[in-house]
This record gives sequence, C-alpha cells and structure tokens, in this order.
Amino acid sequence: METQVISKHQSAGEIVLAPPLITLDHVHKVYKMGDVEIHALRGVSIHIERGEFIAIMGASGSGKSTTMNIIGCLDRPTRGRYFLEGQDVSKLSRDELADIRNRKIGFVFQGFNLLSRTSALENVELPLLYVGAKHAERIRRATEALEMVGLGDRLHSMPNQLSGGQQQRVAIARALVNQPSIILADEPTGNLDSRTSVEVMDVFQRLNREHRITIALVTHEHDIAQYAGRGIIFKDGRIRRDYAVDVSRSAREEMENLPLLEDDEEDEE
Amino acid sequence: MNLLVTFKIAFRALGRNKMRSTLTMLGIIIGVAAVIAVVSIGQGASATIQSQIQNLGSNVLQVMSGSSMMGGMRGGSGSTNSLIPEDVDAIESECPAVRAASPGVRANGQLIFGNQNWAASSGIQGVNEKFPIIRAWPVASGEFFTEGDVRNAARVCVIGKTVADNLFAGVDPVGQTLRVRNLPFRVIGVLSVKGQSQFGQDQDDTVIVPYTTAQKKMLTITHVHQIYVSAISASATFTAEKQITELLRQRHKLGSNQENDFYIRNQTETAETQQQMSGTMTTLLAWIAAVSLLVGGIGIMNIMLVSVTERTREIGIRMAIGARSRVIRRQFLIESLTLSVVGGIVGVLFGIGASAAIAKTLGWPTLVSPAWMLVAVIFSGLIGVVFGFYPARKAAALDPIDALRYE
Repeated sequence: METQVISKHQSAGEIVLAPPLITLDHVHKVYKMGDVEIHALRGVSIHIERGEFIAIMGASGSGKSTTMNIIGCLDRPTRGRYFLEGQDVSKLSRDELADIRNRKIGFVFQGFNLLSRTSALENVELPLLYVGAKHAERIRRATEALEMVGLGDRLHSMPNQLSGGQQQRVAIARALVNQPSIILADEPTGNLDSRTSVEVMDVFQRLNREHRITIALVTHEHDIAQYAGRGIIFKDGRIRRDYAVDVSRSAREEMENLPLLEDDEEDEE
Repeated sequence: MNLLVTFKIAFRALGRNKMRSTLTMLGIIIGVAAVIAVVSIGQGASATIQSQIQNLGSNVLQVMSGSSMMGGMRGGSGSTNSLIPEDVDAIESECPAVRAASPGVRANGQLIFGNQNWAASSGIQGVNEKFPIIRAWPVASGEFFTEGDVRNAARVCVIGKTVADNLFAGVDPVGQTLRVRNLPFRVIGVLSVKGQSQFGQDQDDTVIVPYTTAQKKMLTITHVHQIYVSAISASATFTAEKQITELLRQRHKLGSNQENDFYIRNQTETAETQQQMSGTMTTLLAWIAAVSLLVGGIGIMNIMLVSVTERTREIGIRMAIGARSRVIRRQFLIESLTLSVVGGIVGVLFGIGASAAIAKTLGWPTLVSPAWMLVAVIFSGLIGVVFGFYPARKAAALDPIDALRYE
C-alpha cells in the first residue's frame, strides 16, 4: 500500500519532487453513538494538488462533511492516514491540530460565522492573533486580505452592516489571511440568493486562478459545482465519482451578463 | 497570543453585555466594600484602644487603698489609709514583674501666679521621681524633680500644659514661683501634652509635686492614696498583679479569710481585653462579609457558565481558526478575573466611601489600611480565578465540530 504519493511539480524551470498537498489514504471514520456504531467513511482515498479547485458533493450522510472535517483537521480518522503537505497529521494531538488549522487551513462556513459586534478588519485579524503577529502586521495583512475579496472600503463595518455576500467575503478574507495551504468552504452559498452566490463564486475563482489558492468546496447544488475544476461525489461513506469538470463556468462572465441592478439590491438586503 | 490581546478580548466581550457584567460585578463590589468598611471600623477601634493603652503609660497598674468597713457600712474605694510609702518600696524591690513604682497622693486647691488663679481639674498629684517613666510622660521643658527633692520634701513642682497655658500666658513658667494652696513652689518643668484620659478627663490640667511635700506640707498624712506600678512588659501585668496582691496581703497581715484592703486596677489588661473583643468582632464581621464575597464568586461562575453556553459558536469559530484549548481557557479565565478584579477595585472605593460616611455620621473612628485594600483586591481576583476555572475549562473542552454546529 502506498503511504506517500510523490508527484512532479514544475517550478522556476527546475524539476522538484514535492508531495501532493493533501493525501487521504483509505480513511475510515466510525462514530459511536451509545451502543450503535455509525460508519461515516468506509475507505476514502483522495489526492489534492496545489492550485486545484474541487467541489465535493453528496447527499447528507454521504460522508462529505466528515471528509471535510478530517481534511480541515477538526477531526481525526479512525483508520487510515492523512498527509497534509507530506506530514502525517492523523495522529496529532488537539493542540497540534489547532496549530495546523491556524497555519494551513482556512475555513469558510455556510452561516458565515463572523464574530458579531466585531468589525470586518478585526474578524479577519483573528487568526493572526493566535500566531502572535504584531499589531501593525495584523492590520496590514488583514487589510490586504479584505482588499483581495473586494472589501477594501468596508474595513470597519460591523457584520450586521454588511450584506450576506459581503459577510461571506469577510469570512473568505479571514480564511485567506494566514496564507493557508487550502481553503475549505462548507456550503458557502447555502445561505445566499443566486446572484450573491455568483458573486461569492467569482471571489473563489479569482483567488484560485489569480493567486493559485487551493480550494475545496462542499455543496449540494450541481450548478455551483460547475465553477470548480474537479468534482468528487460521495455516497454511503465512499467516493462514487471523482471527475474533471470539462467546461468550467466563469462567474465573472455571468456577473457581467447579469442585469445592472445588483448594487441596488445588495443595499436593500 | 499575548496577554494584552487576551485582556482586550475579555474587555470587549464584557463590554458587549454591560448590564450583565455590572450586575455580576455588583456581588463582588458589595462583598469587598463590606469587608473594607468592617475592617476599617475594626482597625479604627483598635487604633483608639491602642492609643489609650499608650496613654496609660508603660504597662501601668494602679493599686488603690481599699474600702473600709465601719459597723457594717462600707466606704468607697480609697476610704482607708492602708497604703504607706514602705509598701511602694517593697513592691518595687520584691516583685520581679515590677519595673518601677511610685506613690500617688491627691490634693485639691487653688493655684496662683501673679494676679491669675486657677483650680486644676486633675488636681495636685504627689508622686516620686519615677512617675514620668511609669506613665511614659516626660517633661517638655525644664526637668522633673529628683530623688533628693522627694527625700527633702522640696517645694518644687512640675505643671501640665493646660495649667501652663492658663496661668503663664506669654511667660516661661520654668523658674517662676507658683503658689499652690498658698505655699510658694518653684516651677522646674512643664510636662508634655498627654491629652484626655480614657474617661475624658484633661490630664494636662494638673500640678505634680514630690509626694513627701504633698503629705507633709499640704495634707499632713503619712499614708498614700494609691501606688502607680509599671510592670516589666504588657504581658507581665497580670503576674505583677498577683505578686503585688500576695506581697501586700502579707505586709498588711491579712488572714486567709480577710478581704483585700486594697484594690488593683489593671487598665492594660482591661484595654487588652477590649482590644481582643474588638478584634474578635472585626474578624467575625469580616468573615460574614467574606461570605458575601463568596456569593459574588458564585454569581460570577453562574454568568460565566451562561456566557460559555451562549458563545459556544464563537468558541467553535475560534477553535476552527486555530485557538488552542489553553487559549480558550485563558480567555474565559481572564474574563472572570477581569469581572472580579474590577469589582474588587470598585468595591474598595465603595468601602472607603462607606467607612468615611460611617466616620462622619456615627462618629466612629475608622482606619482604612492600604494593606487591606490590596488583600481585598487580591482575594477577589482569587475568587475570579477559582470560580472562573470551571466555566473556562468547560469552554476549552468543547469539541470544535459540535461547537460550530451549535444553534
């Protein structure tokens, strides 16, 4: 059984051997609910390379959330191994996992999960607090991240002063700020209308294309999955399908084709 | 993550619920204010008693002649002539617990200087040369009379401040001639200010002469009215009392079935008993106040538990983006610490205010000591840590996945 997959990675004209970003190797997850054992994952193997944009789909209970929790270092596999940038993280302690989450994983949630009554800037600063970054550096990096998601002019807005799409972009900026290896988005458009969803997907696509940021996104909407470059479909704790999206949709183009009342509507929300 | 940032987060979290934070702090505030007020009243009382003890002199005992019994009628204390100067010498030489003794002879009478006259409210006192040591009452100017003056029954006197002020306005009394009961006395010294006695008498309104002079030239008596005794230490006053009783019974040839013909007043002991009682009261009240502080602590724990439940999602977010359990625990601990320490400081201020108000309205002496303020603040901080620990641990033990999903 292969424990570590080496792939060729082209960089600056040299051939460098680098491990894939993420390798799940026959991962099982069993939850014990009293006397009942629930087999959430039954041997999941995934490789994710740097710069990929993956959509993970499946019905509820299919194991997609469990997989995301494991990739996000929020949970540990019961069996099997998980390599993040070549490092086996399946046996790490709680604190070690917290450090990995802080430095290598960026989370975006369905419900935005911003701290209320805390400005956009301070929300984005939060991950930097836990690595002990200096005040000036925190401000600089948080501002940069907010500018990357197009919110450079809303630094001091409180979450309740922002639209859903804007709140989700703040959450994306927060996920970005520590320059993580991967951004994990759990149904990021689940609470948004279709126009705002396109807007958020545009942010993800730009980050992926322009900044080579790896993104894994859980969704149950097929059209949202169309924006990604690769789709993985879960069923009954196994991967049912792992495929390349042939013709990826461009959120940018779709936004340009949308009627021009977008800004007005956004303010009404 | 540095501590300053943690404090900032704590302050912000508490600021979001100002009403709740204030009410929670109120428990600590009341507790600390009560402790500070009670202790300052206790310490004020203690300081007053302490100054009274100091005022008495160094470990002073007073031996008074006893009551007489004439045909079944009992006279008051001092109505017999049972004490004589030889008793004084015997007490000083034979009682190991006694450092010094002086006879005391009292007389009243008019004082005249030039065209002024005055009747000293504390009277004319005849004593020996050890009196200033026994009463811890030195002269402010001039000098006290000597053993030779006592032996010779010299007509010299030392006057108290009140007498000096009233008879010798603008004149240095030392070296002047003062007429006491119409006899000329040379003023050789002025005593330092002693202030009021325990019973409110102006002790500085007095003239002090050699007891021999008082006996022979004023009263023509051979006995003394009382004996001032200084014990070797405060704790020795009781022993001294026993030794004197034994000695005097023997000297006065009292049978085992006879009552003492003298009476010993041990004011040091009385004052110390008072001191102890006030100390006990203070301790008791301070404990009651401390219990209310404990109740305040429980209030903090309650609110922190509510806060942890309310902010489960926030805890989940913080954990997801990389906060270690320890950081979460510290954050909540610092919140409860902030509640309790701020409450403690505000409580100290209220306590100072309360004791000032008590001092003003009830006229009780109060003394707020900085040491107790520090103790109160540290103690309330300790309460914050102790009662904040369980909620903080609960927060830190949350599973990030469950916490994120919490509605």
